[in-house]
Amino acid sequence: MKTPTALVLELIEAIGDDAVVWHDEDLLVYEYDGTIDRGNPDVIALPADTDDVSALIRIANKHGAPVTPRGAGTGLSGGALAARGGVIIGMNRMRQILNVDAENKTALVQPGVVNLDLGIEAERHGLAYAPDPSSQRACTIGGNIAENAGGPHTLAWGTTTNHVLAVELVTADGEVQWIGHDTRDEPGYDLVGCVVGSEGTVGIVTQALVRLVPRPTAVRTMLAVYDSVRDASNAVSAVVASGIVPAALEMIDKMTIAAVEPVLNTGFPLDAEAVLLVEVDGPESQVEAEGARVESILRRFEPREVRSATDHEKREHLWAGRKGAIGALGQIMPNYYLLDGVVPRTKLPDVLDAVYEIAERYRLPVANMFHAGDGNLHPCLLFDEREPGATARVLDAGGEIMRVCVDAGGAITGEHGVGLEKRDYLPWIFTDADMDAMKALRAAFGPTENFNPCKIFPAGHGCGEAGHQHHAQQQIAKFGPKAFV
Amino acid sequence: MSIAPLDFESIWQTADRPDAGELGLCVHCGFCLNACPTYHDLGVETDSPRGRIALMRGLDDGRLSWSPRVQQHFDQCLQCRACETACPSKVPYGRLMEATRAEAFAQDRWPRRQRIIWRVIMRGLFPYPRRMRLAGYGLKLYQMSGLQSLVRCSGLLKRLAPKLAEIDALSPNADRPFYSNAEAARVSPKQTPRANASLVTGCMMPLAYPDTHRATVNVFARNGVAVDAPSAQVCCGALHAHGGDIEAARDLARSNIDAFTPVGSELPDAILINAAGCGSHLKEYGHLLRNDAAYADRAAAFALRVRDVHEWLVEIGFEPPIGRIERRVTYQDSCHLSHAQGIRKAPRQVLTSIPGLELAEMRTPDRCCGSAGIYSVVQSEISQRVLAEKMSDVLGTGADQICTANPGCMLQLDAGIARFDDDKRMIPRSIHAIELLDESYRLGDEGQSR
Repeated sequence: MKTPTALVLELIEAIGDDAVVWHDEDLLVYEYDGTIDRGNPDVIALPADTDDVSALIRIANKHGAPVTPRGAGTGLSGGALAARGGVIIGMNRMRQILNVDAENKTALVQPGVVNLDLGIEAERHGLAYAPDPSSQRACTIGGNIAENAGGPHTLAWGTTTNHVLAVELVTADGEVQWIGHDTRDEPGYDLVGCVVGSEGTVGIVTQALVRLVPRPTAVRTMLAVYDSVRDASNAVSAVVASGIVPAALEMIDKMTIAAVEPVLNTGFPLDAEAVLLVEVDGPESQVEAEGARVESILRRFEPREVRSATDHEKREHLWAGRKGAIGALGQIMPNYYLLDGVVPRTKLPDVLDAVYEIAERYRLPVANMFHAGDGNLHPCLLFDEREPGATARVLDAGGEIMRVCVDAGGAITGEHGVGLEKRDYLPWIFTDADMDAMKALRAAFGPTENFNPCKIFPAGHGCGEAGHQHHAQQQIAKFGPKAFV
Repeated sequence: MSIAPLDFESIWQTADRPDAGELGLCVHCGFCLNACPTYHDLGVETDSPRGRIALMRGLDDGRLSWSPRVQQHFDQCLQCRACETACPSKVPYGRLMEATRAEAFAQDRWPRRQRIIWRVIMRGLFPYPRRMRLAGYGLKLYQMSGLQSLVRCSGLLKRLAPKLAEIDALSPNADRPFYSNAEAARVSPKQTPRANASLVTGCMMPLAYPDTHRATVNVFARNGVAVDAPSAQVCCGALHAHGGDIEAARDLARSNIDAFTPVGSELPDAILINAAGCGSHLKEYGHLLRNDAAYADRAAAFALRVRDVHEWLVEIGFEPPIGRIERRVTYQDSCHLSHAQGIRKAPRQVLTSIPGLELAEMRTPDRCCGSAGIYSVVQSEISQRVLAEKMSDVLGTGADQICTANPGCMLQLDAGIARFDDDKRMIPRSIHAIELLDESYRLGDEGQSR
């Protein structure tokens, strides 16, 4: 029988027996998130309120144990993994929607609230919460804030950072502070902006005041099928250049079509190279006018066909191929590695060509589905982890693809975060001085060395075994850390 | 220490083990978490679908030993399969959990007391219709003699044997005449039947909800289907398979295949079932007996004919009812109808076809009510908390009655109404949609003859 450590005993004393997970077999289920990295925590603590969070952080600090915040563990960059062991603070039990202020269009929520649950509650007031990551059925607002989550509908509304007005933050030394203001235009530095997207490295958000937006009265979804990725990409650029900001502008490629069609019967021609999905929403008259304009632009680039729908069920059918894409890929290969890169929109065709070339060289099937309007790529490498060496091959190919994005003038993440996964690629886009400045900002929030360690910045002391940065370092060796800057 | 050395012999001992390939389908994306009632209730990932799959994999690759703690997480699963609806990778979680439980059962991983009770009740009582009926009469006597009200009012049982008091609260009302399989043949269509069907009457339904069977036969006869109920049939074995007693489940499946599809006879157009849990299991007979040389083909053919009553009624088309039922009804999706069989629209089509009836949807109608077969008795604490949340959703609709599609759900929800409907506003018994349809037909006939 395992005996609890002094740290565990003190955590139990602070928040109770049923809120602390410390047996080996139970810890096993907290070693992963939504991607392929791993980290082994020593204990999980599940606070019920802000005071609990503060107490937990102080106890961990006293024992010199690293602290890692975690929401639903759906992240795709290792942000919620205990890279150096220590305490995972799981925020999933703090899941109350404390208040919806329909007149001022705000909601006060705890961080464990599931994104879609907030959306459903907002809908009852005729409002919506705009950021809609694909994992919205399960991911939490706290995690969304940490990673500055996006989604198909953030093209028009912006990512999470545009929707958080104020947060209650417990800092790395256990202090509780409110940052931000409900007036939306606070004088002074934008500290909320620093917290959003900080990947859980400056503190734990225990309450958030978020912005809600009006629900559109009309929505029109259009689907266009193209014979070349280049035509589709040019259509994307033309739509954006026209001045219309669609609610969503998505693309899927041939491989995705091949995976989706047999399972979901979406009616896509199997020999098409790309399918575009464009959605416009707003008041009825605007949707009608913009919809017509978008459709005529789409037609300029010689699509094989354009479909359009305004009622809910038919729109859902058009979306089915995009929303069901990941699941359908599972039918081809059991595992996937979902990458996240961002490039200037005009570079999309060239970058895609390079992605296909890299995947072929590594003998990996690749499917592309992405937020084309944002230039945010999600190449999805398919593999079977049981095949010896497959995971390493996937990671190497992923590194090369990231490199292509950087070389095209892009960046190594659009919405998933840097986390553990891509921290060794950070020097591709930032100089040492840049990174030092970022570290100084982080330090302003308190003694953060033990707070979600080994994330964002290149491997430091004690992060040796965590993650797969071994492969990342090989990539660095190949390209040189400053090849770009 | 519970971490086993890497050099290991497989922890699995039978051919019913979880399939390694199916375990590998889970990419731990976590989409299932919020769909899972036990994750929602307990707030720990060990009691989430993704977590339980990680535990199965830990056992499979030798990283874990099978401790009572691991077993507890498996036991706490409701097997509602809401995770399967949420899963983008289509991981067959229900099948994996059944396989894990089959291994746990074969390896005697339960506490001794639980094993003995299982053997007495699940192997000694449920498979035998006559013994069930005898028990039913015992219950009738207990209720009609006034002993049950005495026991409940005195609160004595709650103090002396709280577990028995819980079972008492969940016991069905045995006030209706029990259903006899011979009754089915007495109702026949007015014209030459357009199809024929055999009704699975099950172990509990004839005692607890005999009127659902009567309504089923009436409704299908009215719609031109000749229904019979084979007399040699037995319990379908769903409870046994869900619990892991896979050999008992196979015995029962073989008996039913012989009863419904005797060698040399023609298969009925449909093997009809009005209980969702049983229906989902009957559709799995092919998988259950896939390695049984003598029965594999017959089991697969049997499974293909199984139809839930709502499903088939909508499939063959039914006469629109005209009798008005002025009632606000909320529909609880039985997990094994919605998540396991994907049947969500058909029951609502039946309900909304009834004039006067208003369907008031609750929040998350396809979240489990906490019944889950014998779960409500074995894991009563979690079950009661899950039920409490469900009842707050139900009461939020202002409905007069709950409609659902499985006897376990009905028992659980009836207990929920007794406990939570403080104003005594609701009809204290939940109902099957087929009974409402039957009543509407009857009211229509009466109105016309008057």
